[in-house]
Amino acid sequence: MRSWTRWKKATPPSPISWHEIIRKVPAMTNTIFAERKDQVHRKGEEPFQMACDKESLAGAVSQRACVFCGSRVVLYPITDALHLVHGPIGCAVYTWDIRGALSSGPELHRHSYSTDLQESDVIFGGEDKLYRALTQLIDRISPKAAFVYSTCIVGIIGDDLAGICRKVEREKGIPVIPVESEGFKGNKRAGYNAACRAMFQLVGTAPTDDISPLSVNILGDFNLAGEIWIVREYLERMGVQVVANITGDGRVDDLRRAHGAALNLVQCSGSTIDLAKMMEDEYQIPFLRVSYFGVEDMAESLYNIAEFFKDVDPQVMERTKALVRDELSELYPKLREYRQALEGKKAAIYVGGAFKAFSLVKAFRHLGMTVELVGSQTGTEEDYKELHEITDPGTIIVDDSNPLELSSFLQEKDVDIFVGGVKERPIAYKLGVGFCDHNHERKEALEGFIGMLNFAKEVYSTVMSPVWRFTPRKKALYSKALETDVCHEIKAIEN
Amino acid sequence: MLLRHTPKEITERSALTINPAKTCQPIGAMYAALGIHGCLPHSHGSQGCCAYHRSALTRHYKEPVMAATSSFTEGASVFGGQANLVQAIDNIFTIYEPEVIAVHTTCLSETIGDDIPQITRKAEADGKIPEGKYVIHVNTPSYVGTHVTGFANMTKAMVDYFAESTGHKIDQINIVPGYVEPSDMEEIKRIAAMMGVRVVMFPDTSKVLNRPQTGKYEMFPEGGVTVEALKTTGDSLATIGLGRLASGPAAQALDTKCNVPCEILDLPIGFKATDRFVDTLRKTLGITVPDIINNERGQLLDIITDMHQYFYGKKVALAGDPDHLIAMTEFLVSIDMWPIHIVTGTSGKKFESRIREITKDSPYPINVKAPGDMFLLHQWIKNEPVDLLMGNTYMKYIARDEDIPLIRMGFPILDRIGHSYFPIVGYRGGMRLLEKILDAILDRQDRDAPEESFELVM
Repeated sequence: MRSWTRWKKATPPSPISWHEIIRKVPAMTNTIFAERKDQVHRKGEEPFQMACDKESLAGAVSQRACVFCGSRVVLYPITDALHLVHGPIGCAVYTWDIRGALSSGPELHRHSYSTDLQESDVIFGGEDKLYRALTQLIDRISPKAAFVYSTCIVGIIGDDLAGICRKVEREKGIPVIPVESEGFKGNKRAGYNAACRAMFQLVGTAPTDDISPLSVNILGDFNLAGEIWIVREYLERMGVQVVANITGDGRVDDLRRAHGAALNLVQCSGSTIDLAKMMEDEYQIPFLRVSYFGVEDMAESLYNIAEFFKDVDPQVMERTKALVRDELSELYPKLREYRQALEGKKAAIYVGGAFKAFSLVKAFRHLGMTVELVGSQTGTEEDYKELHEITDPGTIIVDDSNPLELSSFLQEKDVDIFVGGVKERPIAYKLGVGFCDHNHERKEALEGFIGMLNFAKEVYSTVMSPVWRFTPRKKALYSKALETDVCHEIKAIEN
Repeated sequence: MLLRHTPKEITERSALTINPAKTCQPIGAMYAALGIHGCLPHSHGSQGCCAYHRSALTRHYKEPVMAATSSFTEGASVFGGQANLVQAIDNIFTIYEPEVIAVHTTCLSETIGDDIPQITRKAEADGKIPEGKYVIHVNTPSYVGTHVTGFANMTKAMVDYFAESTGHKIDQINIVPGYVEPSDMEEIKRIAAMMGVRVVMFPDTSKVLNRPQTGKYEMFPEGGVTVEALKTTGDSLATIGLGRLASGPAAQALDTKCNVPCEILDLPIGFKATDRFVDTLRKTLGITVPDIINNERGQLLDIITDMHQYFYGKKVALAGDPDHLIAMTEFLVSIDMWPIHIVTGTSGKKFESRIREITKDSPYPINVKAPGDMFLLHQWIKNEPVDLLMGNTYMKYIARDEDIPLIRMGFPILDRIGHSYFPIVGYRGGMRLLEKILDAILDRQDRDAPEESFELVM
């Protein structure tokens, strides 16, 4: 059953050795902490070895977030569930509809519900407040299920979140699920795991009638800019039924019967792989790792799905090939125009999960661009090995970076575009470098074949923007070019 | 309807906050700390807090926002964060080389009881704080007060740590600008400069969070109050604190610590509050108000004169921070508009009574609540509709559902630009507000007018 860790005294850990004085490392670049040296690798310099999955260094301006953040971003796109944050107000505010996960129906997830813990609650406990908040809300809006998020403070004061959830579940007759997402219990990945454990409590609680033998769940897609709708449409054309979206445009009832699907498609390796593994163990549902970003990965993913179902339906591969053919014949001529302009331009990538980085490296190659820097907040050793394999010599590979490091790499490599998230955007812009948000704040669908075209458009619009002609970094370059052009013109007139 | 779960009937809801009109203390402390030159704010808690605050500030200002974190793990949460903070201080001074580290706590480090001054002393004893560099701190538990409290506390910490009185008065005054935008801080300095007043403003986020495109990424931009200037605040002739909640504690602390007399005023939003600010400057220093300021005031009044029939009787719903709401409500009432629903997430009995005093001649019953939330505001609006909304970006859900124009004001603004560059304080700030109000009202009138009464000249 659900276990709840209460704060308890234990023996102190061995003291940190202070004699390890942190020095600047002039040999590499003066903006890398000595202790982070093995989290940065330059391909071609020495044999590949990468430290990752480490706790961030105290004092670093890390771009990483916490356990709660990980849980919240994964679960919040379940649109008809109640999401109640048990904690001080900040945790609820900073995750209020921040991701742009679109819904085709309910909009319950776009509210911010919080117990808004005050000092007296911290002293006397917040259980009563939580109970009242939960029961009031459930009475008022009759949600399909409720997720109750734990925060740092709840972990410390020891509120019996699971106990309250069980009690309310009994009283109200809907699933009330505690999410063990105390911020300090690891990094974002631990939060993904907590979210998966929470969702797994729903799986297997509803009948699985009317599910086709050709059926899948889509895991690890959050329907940013409506992306999951693109993928669903492809699957429909292949004749494959989608049982549950996990979690973009997600529904509680779909999750409850997700165990009826024949296959789990797992994108975003970090966030939902744990759920896929749990479903494999419990329900023997195999999973397939897929990516919907970029032409190759999208096509390969669809072919792999078709391959999986070919024994059940021999026609599925034909339909898939036709789909890919149709899409590509429409896409390629359009893509060619962008490629002509972008050929030879340089890109840097720093994203949350490494899976996106794989697809992005390939997508940039498709546009004739080179990738000079690639990194992630939460990549694993396997991830970095794979990145090392698919990148060109000289590419910098980095784990859990910080703004100083990133900005020095961007300048060193003189890139034309930086792909990152909210905290990276202004750094790129201040340097006079183009930017593409491939994270929560993307406004264009970047998945699917159409997504590749959107991506090309977005890359083109920022890389080729006239604004860079006026920014100091590139101004010198442009004025020189202009001078030469003028000279040529004058000479032409003179001749 | 995005907020379709908002019923008209208002019921008891003490255990639950829905769609908050506030956020937590640490982000206010972080924002204030960015207003010290060469300062790296430091969040003593889990990584998430720091990442969230930086993201929120980045979205609001569209500028890089730097802050470090103690990166608490489970071990630190059980055994205390001393090791993390000492290591952080060492790392920060070694690699980022700030002048000042401004540490604020979080709910986590507060509850486990970390004693920041003791930890700082340990770091100092271990030689982790280089000569001439500073570590300051403030306690900002997230479960007490709001982001405004955090701002006020960090601003007060600047006094506690730096203000000195040498016994020799300096011909300058201190201005604590309140939790306002960099553009507002710039405008307040401009007004003081026009009056020939030497000012130490703290905090001062202008030229920090409204930087030009320079082609360079600077971890510590040129703006911000310097430590040297902060030290002289104890010798200033007087302190003006703008906004009781955000600036009061720092202004009073200077009085207590260094005997610098203080005057606490409303934020200078609208002509009456700006009059009081200008007049206080005039009286404090015995100077006359220059023509250029009178001219700006005249222009503001001229706009109101020209357009007053459009303001008359328009009902407004407001959400935001107490200091802003008081001044804004007064401004709206003074131009014949009727703020009728006013909500802030920050508690305060005084706030409620002040709003009731300002709106006492209103023909409508006034709804005011501190603390309240946007859900409540929305319910009020459903019961008594308004013509205009003023508040942060989160009001756009209500604006859309109820089809009411929204003027963005306060924190955070995630979907528009302008607040970093154009002030709302002072006479010129008042002019900008009027422009925004008129644009909103008249655009709506144009949109809704039937063909036969669609006006060209307004």
